[in-house]
Amino acid sequence: MTLKKVNAIEVKNVTKVYRSSNTETRALRNANLTIYDNEFFTLLGPSGCGKTTLLRLIAGFEDITEGSINLFDQEIVNLPPNKRPVNTVFQQYSLFPHLDVYENVAFGLRRLKKDESLTKKRTMEVLELVQMKDYATRKPNQLSGGQQQRVALARALAPEPKVLLLDEPLSALDLKLRQAMRYELKTLQRETGITFVFVTHDQEEALTMSDRIAVINEGEIQQIGEPEQIYESPSNKFVANFIGEANLLSGFCKTNGENGLCELYTGHSINLFVPSHIKQNDKVTIFIRPERIKIVKSSKDKSQLSISEFTYLGNAATIQLKSNEQIINVNLPIEDLKVFKKGDYVDIEFPKGSAQVID
Amino acid sequence: MLAKNKKTKFRYVWNFPGFGGWTAIFFGFLYVPIFVLVCYSFNSSKFAMIWTGFSFRWYAKLFSNDDIQTATINSLIVAFAAAPLATIIATFSALALVRGGEFRFREFSNGLITLPLMVPEIVTAVATLIFFASLGINFGLINVIIAHTVFCIPFAFMPIKAALEAMDPNLELAARDLYSDKTSTFKTITLPLLTPGILSGFMLAFVISIDDFIITLMVAGGGSTTLPVYIYSMVKMGVSPEVNAVSSLMLGFSIFIVSLYWFFNRKINN
Amino acid sequence: MNIQGENKTQNRIYSLLPLWIVVGIFMIGPLLVMAVVSLMESNVYGGVHFKFSLSGYRQILFDTNLFDEIEFNPAYLIIIGRSFMLALVATFISLLIGFPAAYFISRQSNRVKNILIFLVTIPFWTNLLIRTFAWIIILGKGGVIESSFNFFGLLDEESSLNLMYTNSAILIGLVYSYLPLMVLPIYASMEKMDLRLLEAATDLYSNRIELIRKIILPLSMPGIIGGSILVFVPCLGAFIAPDLLGGGKKLLLGSLIQFQFSYARNWPFGAAMAMFLLALVILVLIFNARLNRKHREYASQK
Repeated sequence: MTLKKVNAIEVKNVTKVYRSSNTETRALRNANLTIYDNEFFTLLGPSGCGKTTLLRLIAGFEDITEGSINLFDQEIVNLPPNKRPVNTVFQQYSLFPHLDVYENVAFGLRRLKKDESLTKKRTMEVLELVQMKDYATRKPNQLSGGQQQRVALARALAPEPKVLLLDEPLSALDLKLRQAMRYELKTLQRETGITFVFVTHDQEEALTMSDRIAVINEGEIQQIGEPEQIYESPSNKFVANFIGEANLLSGFCKTNGENGLCELYTGHSINLFVPSHIKQNDKVTIFIRPERIKIVKSSKDKSQLSISEFTYLGNAATIQLKSNEQIINVNLPIEDLKVFKKGDYVDIEFPKGSAQVID
Repeated sequence: MLAKNKKTKFRYVWNFPGFGGWTAIFFGFLYVPIFVLVCYSFNSSKFAMIWTGFSFRWYAKLFSNDDIQTATINSLIVAFAAAPLATIIATFSALALVRGGEFRFREFSNGLITLPLMVPEIVTAVATLIFFASLGINFGLINVIIAHTVFCIPFAFMPIKAALEAMDPNLELAARDLYSDKTSTFKTITLPLLTPGILSGFMLAFVISIDDFIITLMVAGGGSTTLPVYIYSMVKMGVSPEVNAVSSLMLGFSIFIVSLYWFFNRKINN
Repeated sequence: MNIQGENKTQNRIYSLLPLWIVVGIFMIGPLLVMAVVSLMESNVYGGVHFKFSLSGYRQILFDTNLFDEIEFNPAYLIIIGRSFMLALVATFISLLIGFPAAYFISRQSNRVKNILIFLVTIPFWTNLLIRTFAWIIILGKGGVIESSFNFFGLLDEESSLNLMYTNSAILIGLVYSYLPLMVLPIYASMEKMDLRLLEAATDLYSNRIELIRKIILPLSMPGIIGGSILVFVPCLGAFIAPDLLGGGKKLLLGSLIQFQFSYARNWPFGAAMAMFLLALVILVLIFNARLNRKHREYASQK
């Protein structure tokens, strides 16, 4: 991209500590990240990792312990939530139960003292956008989970926030609806051009919807990048394990550099990039996705690797190879389902660029 | 041979034989005295306990009894003063205790609210009597109102606290997020959602005040007799059928208010 | 939740100030004044003589006879003992009646459950004096029971069963007054109980008696303890039931205290008795807190 990206949100050295009478919990440690305008940005991590805390800090629901947050180059840390031009979609929707759909959606506009005709126009516009126009007079408890979700979205979009914050908005829906809503949310983001900050613990959601992802664990940001980047070259073991399936194999390296060489404890050699700080013969961990490993038939006298588990999945199979206490997981493509069976001796190959030395 | 195997009635393991009948007896025990009282209030006999025939005469007589009317008015004045006071105090306390997070006087304040429930009523009654007498506070009904307010606070507090706890705290945050300041969030979200709880609290406090007898007996001076105290003196002087009639009316009134409360509560839960 | 830049401390103090003032002055205040009065000398005209004296407390156990000698007087001790016994028995009977009923109610559908629990609570919200008075109509001379005995020829017109003014009458009154308070907490703890546990226990060869003893009783223990306290404490200081159903003959702690203020006009002695009752209740509550803590520890060790 040649255009200069505009920073929507800058999180600078943010730390959040929860204090209660005798304990201190560090929910976020020195977090730094920049979210660009018009971006679908996801905060991904296991529950309790601090992702929701970060979202609530941006919304203004928590007081910050240290650091600062800028919204379009303006410091917002000292503003109460009602003075911040960002809106939140809550996990349990939190629709006002005593107000109907229309009044829920119009709530923000009324507080902003927009005139009545404008409020009505905008409210109907967003209800149309989320296909809930026909439900304007219903109360929230007369709506299904999916419909409540749409109203919650409309309510947060109505005041045209500069950034929309979404706190695991799909987690309360059932699987089918969740998958359909993913696509809709992504489309909505493109159409409105509003920056979305999306919190989830579901890696599939993150990979399919996001422009960029920040992976968070134990209050620290592990990696920020585009979905392919995070999946293909995770920056550490946590990211490798948390997103998709990963083989983390032990071995040692013989030569450094772009065309380095390492050997696994199973005896297999791999060509891969070996950073210069890795010393020869030091123990290293090598990361490779199960679907990148190629397996070929072998025999007992040529290979020590045998198929110890064979799990049939319908459109594919996963197999587990065992050798010298090392376990290697491999995804078997559909055309090979009939070729291999449990107990077979096999050999494996690592295509170029498929493996990576990992910290 | 197979035909001889009589099938025993299926019973879930958690279903105990005889418990249903026992429960019926239990409810009978609770309600038969009330039923008997109401029946006898329609007794035409001059003697309270001997049934001679159906009649409304004792109800009619109530309306010409000035003492009963004064006592009823006193009861209503006290309840309409003490219940709102207790409800207001309970509402503010519940807001601070449920929404206020952890703070230093939390346990102390919780203790203060439950104190009137912990101390035996007769102790509260005589302590309040000594207190007013030794400080020379003698403002008639106002003494009674003060004592009732204190005693009604925990009853008003319970449903308000329950309503606040049942309320999603994110609703208030959502309102703040949608540009609502503190005052307007309280007015547009917290208060409307809390109204059924506050009404329930008010009704319970009202019933407790109307029904209270022991504290009123000790605290009330000559001119400030309430209905229960008057009924007590009638019972003590010998049971006249008029007592049955006025007692039935009081029971009916309390049951009506509590049913209203129940109705509101169901609305909160739905 | 602590919104950025908002001071909650001030709000809390303003919200709680009315509570602190009202309960502080008109509840704690009276208790303190009563404590002071209990340490004063009584005045022959029914007031208080402002002079420190333990006579109020001494009078619980000792009396001054005609010759100004102090002698042991067990009369009040007997009243205290009777109050304790009656409260204990009333609690036990309430448990016996209330436990199966609470269990039965907790096993009904949600709709039925709500209605039945509402029916349990109604008597609690109605006037205790009137409900107790209803028992006079039932138990009294020529009342419902005696007239039905008459009707079936089991009793002739002139004689009476003498049901009133007995310990049994007081007991019926006490159980009747506070039975709902036993059922509600037991019900609350049973309602949370998982029915699968009973199925699992039966699956593992328990019969119905063992189900009650080994599963239902232990799991509803917090409710049983809570209910027993809720019944025992007010029974201990009950005034209405002993006064109406026990007459003047069978004094209990509650009616004895009331008597000191309305007829005997010996305030220091009445205050001392009230302090004694308060101390008993506090002891029971401390015992309850201990029991609860033990139970919680036991539950968390599992």
